[in-house]
Amino acid sequence: MAARTFGALLLAIAASQARAEVIHVKIENLAFTPAEIRAHVGDTVEWINADFIAHTATARDGAWDVLIPINTTRRVVLKAEGTVTYFCKFHPNMIGRIVVAE
Amino acid sequence: MMLVRITGALAALLLASGIACAQGKPTDPQIAHIAYTAGQLDIEAAQQALEKSHNKEVRAFATNMEQDHKAVNDKALALVKKLGVTPEDNDTSKALAKQAAAKRAELAKLNGAAFDKAYIDNEVAYHKAVNGALENTLIPAASNPELKDLLKTGLKIFQGHEQHAEHVAAEFK
Ligand SMILES: [Cu+2]
Repeated sequence: MAARTFGALLLAIAASQARAEVIHVKIENLAFTPAEIRAHVGDTVEWINADFIAHTATARDGAWDVLIPINTTRRVVLKAEGTVTYFCKFHPNMIGRIVVAE
Repeated sequence: MMLVRITGALAALLLASGIACAQGKPTDPQIAHIAYTAGQLDIEAAQQALEKSHNKEVRAFATNMEQDHKAVNDKALALVKKLGVTPEDNDTSKALAKQAAAKRAELAKLNGAAFDKAYIDNEVAYHKAVNGALENTLIPAASNPELKDLLKTGLKIFQGHEQHAEHVAAEFK
């Protein structure tokens, strides 16, 4: 019984990991592309900075604040449902949106 | 006081642009010189801020100015080299340098929060003036397409700086 429950738990974890996606956002010419993405809780957003200056991806609600130097990728795992607006601290005219579903 | 400073900065630049206009629109070698000088002067302002300020937000802003303007100027240097263009000093560059020297002397006398506020207010005004000059004078006048593109990228970056400076300035109101 206990073994069975444990097995079911493992299966559930494996299933949720299989479902989790990595969503790519390119930073180029002072813009997040695509500017809006749709994701699920547990998914990862990966930004790649193709510009010749550093940027940040900073959630307006303070949930995360990621520095993305030149020619690097940085990741954030989405932990909560809802819509997150984020911007670059250095260039606040750069704005992105993530709609996170359960 | 604040209004006088901003008006002063704009007036000096517009006057200078007027001089450039009186001689016909600025040439690519002059435009390259003006853009490079504007960036270099902001790097020097950032270095003064990093010497004097203890405010975390102000220091983060200044560090970013130093990095971004250096990156843009490095691109500009590489481009003029590739194009075989020699940047040419001109009245607008001279007016910018003169005005920056006066501002640096004024800021040197201030400390603590008074310095921070004066530095960041000037960064707002300076980026506004430079962005206005880029948008209305330098970008339309640039004839080489690669130079025009770099100026356009620069404008986007500096518009970001203007907003960043405004956010930091709001904390000193
Ligand atoms: Cu940025």
